[in-house]
Amino acid sequence: MSLYASGSQTVGPYLHIGLTWLNTARIAGPGVKGEHVTVQGRLLDGDGVGVSDGLIEIWQANAEGKYAHPEDRQKKALERGFRGFGRMPTDAQGNFRFSTIKPGRVPGRGGKLQAPHLSVTVFMRGLLKQLSTRVYFPGESTNAQDPVLKLVPAARRATLIARRKSKGVLEWNIVLQGKDETVFFDF
Amino acid sequence: MSKLHGYRRFHPGTQPEYDFPFYASTAKRHPTQPLVIVPQTLSELTGPVFGTDDLKPTDNDLTRQHKGDPIGERIIVSGRVLDENGRPMPHTLVEVWQANAAGRYPHKNDTHNAPVDPNFSGAGRTLTDAEGRYRFITIRPGEYPWRNHYNAWRPAHIHFSLFGQAFLTRLVTQMYFPGDPLLPYDPMYMSIPDEKARVRLISQFDWENTIPEQALGYRFDIVLRGREATPMDDSPGE
Repeated sequence: MSLYASGSQTVGPYLHIGLTWLNTARIAGPGVKGEHVTVQGRLLDGDGVGVSDGLIEIWQANAEGKYAHPEDRQKKALERGFRGFGRMPTDAQGNFRFSTIKPGRVPGRGGKLQAPHLSVTVFMRGLLKQLSTRVYFPGESTNAQDPVLKLVPAARRATLIARRKSKGVLEWNIVLQGKDETVFFDF
Repeated sequence: MSKLHGYRRFHPGTQPEYDFPFYASTAKRHPTQPLVIVPQTLSELTGPVFGTDDLKPTDNDLTRQHKGDPIGERIIVSGRVLDENGRPMPHTLVEVWQANAAGRYPHKNDTHNAPVDPNFSGAGRTLTDAEGRYRFITIRPGEYPWRNHYNAWRPAHIHFSLFGQAFLTRLVTQMYFPGDPLLPYDPMYMSIPDEKARVRLISQFDWENTIPEQALGYRFDIVLRGREATPMDDSPGE
């Protein structure tokens, strides 16, 4: 039996009604091992205006580089209660913010380790199909060897790397169009 | 570590384009640069796992969230979540939201001149069972106007959000109702290029799940991306 995946549709302007019950802006609480960081940014449309009806979802490994999922069979510890999932609606100005830990390196194709990263999915009114991207960490020496970053044209790689704003606070914007347009992935 | 099976790419015509002028809001909200094709790694092949602890048993009954009964026609919406290989997707989270019977959302941005129903919030969620089945009790949502073009009306619909077994199987879609005359005028429905794929977003009247003297049944099956038959030759792992 072979079927085709159902067609995607926009979340529309009233996404909050169905989705905010699972809002999770604190992906890792104080008890979770690792370097704690706050990531903040804006979701910006083609006019540079903040998107007020957007939703960001995050998926990440723990500090050891292990995902809380049965298909991650690495022999690494996983703390109880760490799911690695975040969901944040944007506010009226298009801002989003979450706190988490910097994940460890997880294996990519051929077992080659990837640089620490967060997987990001973006939803909003006016978007018929979700957008996928990643956040990488500033000052991380392994970024230069990351097999996914290497596939991104060099001039656009900076859109995937957060900037250090202050101690423990990173800034990363999602820009939908224009000169600093964020790189989005297809896999 | 045993080799992982990657997921198939979408079949042509089954998914909307980001830039779709008929839906005006896509103009400033679509990427203008081509997407960068990257390999599927452990980061994409895993995803959040939800369980019964995340939900209340009554979360799938949208007619029992307030003191009184909501106004409108009670319906049962049920179906199966499958992958492209026809395998059921067990224990996966399904979230829904919808307008009330008058076509109004209890949301600060909804200014449509139609009554809010104090007995209807319009949100529900559930986990599929071991065979991928889900079931919601709700009321039939109303159509409502929007400002996309002159005399624009959304067909009756229920929003669905699903996860599946990986972050890359994430799907947000909408379920429509059979025979709705507004469908061919709706940019969102019409954004699916292939007609057969479009029609699969329309639920079917479901006599078997209709409850006598209680509620009409509608069946809506959802298909998530399926795995490749052969494992990736350089699969992620140790």
